[in-house]
Amino acid sequence: MTTFGLAWRYVWSRPLSAVLNVLLLGLGLASITFLLLVASQLERAFQRDLAGIDVVVGAKGSPMQLILSGVLHLDVAPGNVSFAAVTALKNNPLVAEVIPISLGDNFQGYRIVGTSLAYPQLYGVSLSEGRLWYAPMQVVLGATVARNLGLRTGQSFTGAHGLGGSADMHTESPYTVIGVLEPSGSVLDRLILTDIASIWHVHEEHDEDHGGADHTMAQPHQDREVTMALVRYTTPLAAMSFPRWINTTTALQAAAPALEVTRLLHMLGLGTDVLRAFAAMLLLTAGLSVFIALWNAVRERRADLALLRMLGAPPAKIAALLLTEALWLGLLASVLGLLLGQLFMLALAYLLGLENSLMLGGAAWPLELLLVPALALGVSLLAALLPALGAYRSDVLALLQAR
Amino acid sequence: MIKTSALQFAYPGAAPLHFPDVDVPQGATLLLRGPSGSGKSTWLALAAALVPLRAGFLQVAGQDLAALSRVQADAWRARNLGFLPQTLHLSAALTVAQNLGLAFWAADVAHDGARIDAVLAALGVGELANLLPAQLSGGQAQRVALARAVLMQPQLVLADEPTASLDDDAAHEALQLLHGTAQRYGATLVIATHDARVAHFFDGAFGAVADGVHTLHLPRWQRAQATA
Repeated sequence: MTTFGLAWRYVWSRPLSAVLNVLLLGLGLASITFLLLVASQLERAFQRDLAGIDVVVGAKGSPMQLILSGVLHLDVAPGNVSFAAVTALKNNPLVAEVIPISLGDNFQGYRIVGTSLAYPQLYGVSLSEGRLWYAPMQVVLGATVARNLGLRTGQSFTGAHGLGGSADMHTESPYTVIGVLEPSGSVLDRLILTDIASIWHVHEEHDEDHGGADHTMAQPHQDREVTMALVRYTTPLAAMSFPRWINTTTALQAAAPALEVTRLLHMLGLGTDVLRAFAAMLLLTAGLSVFIALWNAVRERRADLALLRMLGAPPAKIAALLLTEALWLGLLASVLGLLLGQLFMLALAYLLGLENSLMLGGAAWPLELLLVPALALGVSLLAALLPALGAYRSDVLALLQAR
Repeated sequence: MIKTSALQFAYPGAAPLHFPDVDVPQGATLLLRGPSGSGKSTWLALAAALVPLRAGFLQVAGQDLAALSRVQADAWRARNLGFLPQTLHLSAALTVAQNLGLAFWAADVAHDGARIDAVLAALGVGELANLLPAQLSGGQAQRVALARAVLMQPQLVLADEPTASLDDDAAHEALQLLHGTAQRYGATLVIATHDARVAHFFDGAFGAVADGVHTLHLPRWQRAQATA
């Protein structure tokens, strides 16, 4: 019989105590697992969606709003900017690429994004069916959109005005699905992509039909607008001067996604600190409970342990036996905690419909989760230290003669 | 086998206990007699190398116990000593066979299931190997505890008050079993007891001053002197 096997048997000789301790420790670890998962998935989702975009240029307003609306597609955009002004950025030697983004319409809640072919290229997403658009009014669907709406290549639909569900339909300008993207886990999964000219086409017809007081005729091409542009630099050094140049000398605003996302994570971090403190309290309670359980186990089994000394087991071996019992509790609690944490994560993703916003989901095993078993073993070993020490020094014969 | 001279032990803050000398050959039986508090337990603890002696000489199975370090003492005890406590202390969480297996674990020796089976069978409780201690009768439990004491084939078996809670018939049977088992495994047997029936058993079995039975009387005054 090995020390591990023996400790296992002793743990389960008090099943209720063992189950309660594993549960308590497991719940503490589950909340830590959950926090780690949320943090790592948020960061991963943000990093993926930034996809090498150095700066976003759009209308003046909140820089974070610009990033949230144009890169992460969570918020509405601050306003429109002139397409001509955005296109002119290409002449700047610091700028390698300018990708226009035009928002404003949706289909069943999924954003229709007018852009250039460089946008899907930026994310390196391939097609699962059909092809990319080559003319206006053709759309390519993100994988989630295609799956949830059951749309396939060749089908048509008409967009609605605004970014949420809206009754104001552009019925006279239907879109045709020409391709569907492979799932990539990025923001593209939940977007409907089309050529930027489609948006102009839809809205120019729209304005003609409605005959608005200030839009009695189609916009001339030089007045065309986009919501923003995603910009990649030729050199990282551009980050020093380009945004300031935009912000001070033009009517546009430049916002660096990396900077804004860091700010956002920091703001979220204040909230998770409270949760982290709560999880630490849970762990402390669990540690105390394991301590009490082992302490009582040692008291109950003092004579049994003394007999092991009589059989020739050195004190260190007795102490190791008790530490191993704690180790088992920690190990079981780790497994339970990790599984429960993943389950919480799945439940959260399901309940909040996060799949449609930030692509949070369970079943990810980031390296940070190694913290969970480390904590479990640390807490249980710490809790076992004093009882083990008590077992280490016991008066063998007195205990054996007590009755 | 067991040889002592001018053996002394002292509890902290108390006058030392002096023990009469003994010289017991291998395979013999030593009765350690005396009323409660006469130092029987202390003598057992000394012979088991659980506590260090204060002065004198104590040799068990050819080993000068004063020469052993604490770690060596544990290893020596695992190899050379079997112990039958008065309260049997069978672990309730483990089966009979697993309780015996504890001896291998404690001695850091590879588990030997065949030997466990053989010793249990020799003591007539082979069929109980997979039962829990709570399922055993008193007599069965004592046989199992004795099996645990002789499992490592020790040269010395210490029995602490083996008849204390038994009626006359059961006491007689227990002593027969204890003596017979020690003989079979060639072990020297030390019985610490204040029970007159034990002395009577060995008188009756082997004659007045029987060969192989030695008695060490520990009078009460030694304890009184020690705590004075």
